[in-house]
Amino acid sequence: MKTNAHKRQVLKYVVCKLIAQAALFVSLVALVIVMVFVLLRGVPHINMQFLFGEYSIRAPSIKPALMGTLYLIVISLVVAAPIGIGSAIFLAEYTNSKSRLVRLIRIAVETLAGIPSIVYGIFGYLVFVVALGFGYSFIGGGLTLAIMILPVIVRSTEESLLAVPRSLREGSFALGSSKVRTIFSVVLPCAANGIVTSLILAVGRVVSESAVLILTIGMVVDIVPKNFTSAGTSLALAVYGFSQRYPEQAAATGAVLLVLVVAINILATLLGKVFGKGELVDG
Amino acid sequence: MDSKFNITVRNCDLYYGDAHALKNVNIDVEESEVTALIGPSGCGKSTFLRMLNRMNDLVEDCRITGEIKIGEQNIYDKGTDVALLRKNVGMVFQKPNPFPMSVYDNIAFAPRTFGVWRRSKLDNIVESSLRQAGLWDEAKDRLRKNAMGLSGGQQQRLCIARALAADPKILLMDEPTSALDPISTGIIEDLINELKANYTIVIVTHNMQQATRISDKTAVFLLGEIIEFGKTESVFTNPKDKRTENYITGRFG
Ligand SMILES: Nc1ncnc2c1ncn2[C@@H]1O[C@H](COP(=O)(O)OP(=O)(O)O)[C@@H](O)[C@H]1O
Ligand SMILES: [Mg+2]
Repeated sequence: MKTNAHKRQVLKYVVCKLIAQAALFVSLVALVIVMVFVLLRGVPHINMQFLFGEYSIRAPSIKPALMGTLYLIVISLVVAAPIGIGSAIFLAEYTNSKSRLVRLIRIAVETLAGIPSIVYGIFGYLVFVVALGFGYSFIGGGLTLAIMILPVIVRSTEESLLAVPRSLREGSFALGSSKVRTIFSVVLPCAANGIVTSLILAVGRVVSESAVLILTIGMVVDIVPKNFTSAGTSLALAVYGFSQRYPEQAAATGAVLLVLVVAINILATLLGKVFGKGELVDG
Repeated sequence: MDSKFNITVRNCDLYYGDAHALKNVNIDVEESEVTALIGPSGCGKSTFLRMLNRMNDLVEDCRITGEIKIGEQNIYDKGTDVALLRKNVGMVFQKPNPFPMSVYDNIAFAPRTFGVWRRSKLDNIVESSLRQAGLWDEAKDRLRKNAMGLSGGQQQRLCIARALAADPKILLMDEPTSALDPISTGIIEDLINELKANYTIVIVTHNMQQATRISDKTAVFLLGEIIEFGKTESVFTNPKDKRTENYITGRFG
């Protein structure tokens, strides 16, 4: 009896493990197929003219899209980083985490982080493009993206701040430091790696976002933007923009985007590792 | 704060919410003496220590009644400058807690807080504090390296140096050697014996031999009360309270 029950359990375990492994295998294969396909189709068409040359109908380039992506990163970070980090400092250091208001704010932040980006897009369109009269522009798109990445930044910055050991804060206070000195000289430097990691991941979201931008920056693929109020395109949007008339260039843009996003994620992971090590060296 | 730095505690009660953590505590700590606090865990030794530099202010529902004076000043008066109090009353924690920055920046932390920015002056403070903590020879070639790279015992001496750099008059130590190996513990005990010429020291210890080796007076805590306080020698050889005797002969705690 006992051995039978045991055998059944072992069998169950083996079957479950096989199913899990198969699932993992399928998802890895899918990922590899997508990457290999995009790279195979795209990479042969990447050259200097395509990356940095002037755009022409004969030889479309992604110079406008690269510049546009850069604009979007700058605008959204300049707006969202200080506000997001500031809010996280407020939440982590100046509020009682048990208070009802703070719990409410936290739920709101979680919810905002889960909203589909097209909803942010329609918000940006209605508010910035139409109501405030920006028209299609990088500033409108960048601000919308800033709102979209704000909860991501707040949440992970707050986590990094709360992960700073209490003993360090106490050490600082015991030396006669004020709260502000403790936050700026001890807590923030300790959390810096985590905060930078979260900013890099936010950049990753900006780079790969498209739904928001369709509704806010227009889709001008052929002109390098003059300034923040120009309409334009981004890499992700250019993939879509090229797809009808220039399928090869669309694939090449996709390959560039893929490499960029992978690079961003590797960078974030590396920084996270450095951060993790710093934590372990706690005496 | 004026020039005398003896500690007088009168009829002190401390509550964490509803929990009565210190009960009618009275004690006189004299200048330039080492006072050891012993007693079973959870009896309020750390709580008492943290009352003396107002670290309990950080605990939200902590309430204190009674009188705690350093020199002539009641440190819980409304007008008390808590930053200055903590500058004058340094603290060393159970687990070494160096900041993850350079050795130099750790030591210079408090002086910078209080407005010392001149490089030459900071250099002097860093050197003299490290010398006092017996760490200069080991650390002088790595002042710019991260303090987290030091050994546990070195880290604890760094924390002592960091506290000394604030130029305190009183030093509170909460089981400063309980996380350290016997050799590092010996080094720090020697250090305490040297420091007591210039500083008033209050030290919590779990180790009764340690109390006899380093302290002039000993206070015995039990369930939030001080059940015995006097010369270390007489507390250990001739305790007045039966419960002290039970504790030091190891019958509880
Ligand atoms: N921050 C706090 N909040 C609530 N209760 C606390 C807090 N710190 C300590 N206590 C309680 O106060 C009592 C004394 O603790 P403590 O002073 O740390 O004892 P000891 O240092 O002698 O081991 C314990 O019962 C402990 O649970
Ligand atoms: Mg304790």
